[in-house]
Amino acid sequence: MTIIEQLITSFIAAAGFGILFNAPRQSLIQCGLIGMFGWILYYMLVDAGMDVVPATIFGAMLVAVLSQIASRVFKTPIIIFNVSGIIPLVPGGIAYDAMRHFVENDYFTAVQLSAKVMLLAGGIAIGLMFSEVANQVIRKIVWKVQGR
Amino acid sequence: MENSTMIAKVCMLAGKIMLKSGAETYRVEDTMSRIAHAFGLENAQSYATPTGINFSPDSAEATNFMRISKRATDLHKIDEVNTISRNVTAGELSLDEALMRLQDVDKASLSFPGWIQIIAATFVSGSFTIMFGGTWPDFIPACIAGGLGFAGMLAFARLVDTGFIAEFFASFIIGVSAFLFIYYGFGASLNKIIIGAVMPLVPGLHITNAVRDLMAGHLVAGVSKGVEAILTAFAIGAGVAVVFGIF
Repeated sequence: MTIIEQLITSFIAAAGFGILFNAPRQSLIQCGLIGMFGWILYYMLVDAGMDVVPATIFGAMLVAVLSQIASRVFKTPIIIFNVSGIIPLVPGGIAYDAMRHFVENDYFTAVQLSAKVMLLAGGIAIGLMFSEVANQVIRKIVWKVQGR
Repeated sequence: MENSTMIAKVCMLAGKIMLKSGAETYRVEDTMSRIAHAFGLENAQSYATPTGINFSPDSAEATNFMRISKRATDLHKIDEVNTISRNVTAGELSLDEALMRLQDVDKASLSFPGWIQIIAATFVSGSFTIMFGGTWPDFIPACIAGGLGFAGMLAFARLVDTGFIAEFFASFIIGVSAFLFIYYGFGASLNKIIIGAVMPLVPGLHITNAVRDLMAGHLVAGVSKGVEAILTAFAIGAGVAVVFGIF
């Protein structure tokens, strides 16, 4: 039940952010689906007891791989899919929480939360980069094999 | 010679549209260099920061500069410029055609109308409340608070030019409405409602993009975007904290 709940809400969140970011109309559904898969992987990993930072990295990797595939299939730049796709993983809520604690003079919690935001943002960036690097390596290997 | 001025014009326009639409700086530089290369400028130099573009047709030529003052996220325009740049690289577009199509994209307003954005923000807010562990009684209050907040931000952004003020007032509206909902027994958890409702405003994407720019070696762009994101998050946190202070 919770999984279905999470599937539906993460789809709405990613597709809704697609509208806020003004993604082309015909790619909104794909954006929502990519965001949904990334979030569900993250959710299940955290549910199974994994720490949030590695779970975010894996979620971001899945988003990046799916975005690569979608950008090939639909001939659209990859940024459209991965920008809306990573939205559920992005630590916006924690960033807000950190700033609220700063404003309320609770620096101890605030600094902890800010460090977490940096780690999560770094994790997403690593996840996205990793699949780009993998893609480049594969393309170069294929290119070399074909060159022979 | 005139030709290289024309090419510089096309490259600058493409870069300007992309930067205004919130593309990462390394993508902007890459696109400009590709277009220049396709039109035969082998050694063109391009340098973009979030607030300006530099472009030089050759290493010892005069450098062109353009200031970017307003930025928003507009994926549709990035897509259009990308298509044009791909056509140029494939040799399907002449210089004049490319300039004309870029000017069309620059003038066009491709964004969704405001009311659709507000509806989207409404559902996004409710969904995030559930995703962050809220319960269903929180769904509708979060939707309403988030929708009001986003509508408020659009309205304030039209009235006031100063950055971060619109976000501050928007999160103030969210804080007040969430507080009233809880006060009248509508919704369960104040914190979950607020966290869901501020999500459409929070610069989570900018934080991630900043880290990506840093990793790609664009240190100036990465740091300045990161600071922008932190200031926005600060404005949102302050808006809600004011509400907590009043009540």
